[in-house]
Amino acid sequence: MGMYSEEINNISNKSRETLFEFAEVDERQAEETAYSNYSYWRSTWKSFLKNRIAVFLLVGVLIIVAFTILQPYLPAQKSPTEIYLNEQTGLQARNMSPNAEFWFGTNSIGQDLWSRIWAGTRTSLFIGCVVALVEAIVGITVGTLWGFSRKLEVPITQLYNVVDNVPTTIVLILMSYILRPSISTIIIAMCITGWVEMARFIRNQIVILRDREYNLASKCLGTPDYRIILKNLLPYLISVIMLRMSLAIPFAIGSEVFLTYIGLGLPISEPSLGNLINEGRVLMMSPELRYQLIFPSIVLSVITIAFYIIGNSFADAADPKNHV
Amino acid sequence: MKIKLLADVTNFELCGHNSKFGRNYAKAKLIRGDTEIKKSASPSVFLKKEDEMMLWYISKRLLQSVLTLFIIITIVFSLLRLMPEEGYLGAAANKMSPAQQEVYLTNLGLRDPLLVQLGNFYAKLFHGDLGKSVTYRTDVPVVTIIADKIMYSLLFGLGAVALSLLIGVPLGILMAQMKGRWLDRLGTGYIVIIVAVPAAVYYLVIQMYITEIFHLPMLFDEYRPITWILPLTSMALAPTASYAMWMRRYMVDELNKDYIKLARAKGVKERTLMFKHVLRNAFIPMAQYLPATILFTITGSIYIESLYSIPGMGGLLVDAIQRQDNTIVQGLVLVFSSLGIIGLILGDIAMALVDPRIKLGKGESVR
Repeated sequence: MGMYSEEINNISNKSRETLFEFAEVDERQAEETAYSNYSYWRSTWKSFLKNRIAVFLLVGVLIIVAFTILQPYLPAQKSPTEIYLNEQTGLQARNMSPNAEFWFGTNSIGQDLWSRIWAGTRTSLFIGCVVALVEAIVGITVGTLWGFSRKLEVPITQLYNVVDNVPTTIVLILMSYILRPSISTIIIAMCITGWVEMARFIRNQIVILRDREYNLASKCLGTPDYRIILKNLLPYLISVIMLRMSLAIPFAIGSEVFLTYIGLGLPISEPSLGNLINEGRVLMMSPELRYQLIFPSIVLSVITIAFYIIGNSFADAADPKNHV
Repeated sequence: MKIKLLADVTNFELCGHNSKFGRNYAKAKLIRGDTEIKKSASPSVFLKKEDEMMLWYISKRLLQSVLTLFIIITIVFSLLRLMPEEGYLGAAANKMSPAQQEVYLTNLGLRDPLLVQLGNFYAKLFHGDLGKSVTYRTDVPVVTIIADKIMYSLLFGLGAVALSLLIGVPLGILMAQMKGRWLDRLGTGYIVIIVAVPAAVYYLVIQMYITEIFHLPMLFDEYRPITWILPLTSMALAPTASYAMWMRRYMVDELNKDYIKLARAKGVKERTLMFKHVLRNAFIPMAQYLPATILFTITGSIYIESLYSIPGMGGLLVDAIQRQDNTIVQGLVLVFSSLGIIGLILGDIAMALVDPRIKLGKGESVR
């Protein structure tokens, strides 16, 4: 034993002096060699920018959203709920075609359609965003528990198999029939049905990912579960989550239109896209009044299509397989 | 020999294809099933192993649906008890004194303990009694009212599904074949519009302009088949889009697989390839969606029936909601949910029959 160590010492002594020289190890430099220029979000953004239509729509949506928020504060805007009177006759300014004063005309009781459309868009977008957010939060929480916890897996799956058979439209109708119509009840009714899909999506992905080698390694190294979920699993799912959220917005807006159509929507005093379309529908028979249906329809279609396309192309862009 | 080889490759592909559509395909199922059959090699007088599994699956699925239906019924029941009671008094509410209202509600059984009410509700339901209409057609049994209407809804729903199959599936196939070309782009545009834009908008646009352009009558008339065209085509729009979308997606998935490359390399004719291999495999996941489209047509029928005043259940629902007729709403909700559940069961069973990869029996299965 002693002999060997002596020999080794000799070797190292000799080598230090004559043949070799120890290289300086710079910890920082060693780390730097592993550094790459790759950034997930930058690449996502780059490949998103390649889709011209989606970029165009994104700019459009941003402008529309900014405009709906700013519109009441701009000069020369009318109130969306005030009934305007004709100055000469003193009667309500009913069904006036678009003109210099009322840019989109007035509706059947003399309210300004231009400001009503933007107020309606504001309401609908608000409903859509809140629903999407709640769906995401509840859906991600339930989906993560469902996919990650082995104890909860079977009971939640059984529950899901039963709940999933209930048609969502029916739940939506039933909930809004029972709750008094207002913004919050509409949001509640939509959230009750919406999160299930998100939870299933997240769960399916997590089941696939949770036993990958890097997660097993993490687990063996003693990483707590919440950290594995937050750092390893959820960032992987960000594109799916964004896709679901951006699709939830047009869907919620559509549901609001549907509920209003069957008479379970917001009260008429609350302008929303659903209410506007419903008001316009009544006047459909007289061609000169159709602008009251067409204007809200166009705004509605542009917003929903834009969100749909942006969501899809963002999901494509966020997929690392599509990064160069 | 040639065919045998290709078949083997196909089978291999099928086994390796894991939970692509959210379903859990059992990779090991074929293998495990085979060995089990070999073990019990003595010829069974009863069902074959596969059939037994299928029967087990179907009965389990049916049980699940019955359970769901019971849950829905109970939820509907308890939610409707939360509603304002004017919904049960009808038009006479204003004329009654509070004492009279009380007597009326007691006679309806609304003052009994909740569990007793629930029991009575189930008992009546079991005898096919959904109560009597309150405001829509006062004191007419709900079953009679719905029975008058259900045929219209079913016929229109089935007609729309048939139409959308005829158009949607070929459209999806063509789109997959011409991927990236103008037809594909056009079809994608159509799908995006139909899926993203709320249905009310395009239904209204169709009713507004198409009737004008082609001088079609605006409202439905049972005895004039020309008035059936617009409601049917409008109702078919949404299922057509989803059939085309799924068909295209599954076809493209299938076309990208290795066995197709092999078949092409071997010189299998494009037609044979399309119809014998790609189409068959791509159609399997479609089987699940076919019956489930009944659900689609519910929403469609609500819009369309009230727009064209077709005397069906969708229009009835809108009327009943606007007149606050609790019993009719309750009855319709039950009918619609049963239809939806039946659609989902048929879809799952069809899928299990068509697709040998689906794991039957124990274990989780998440759609």
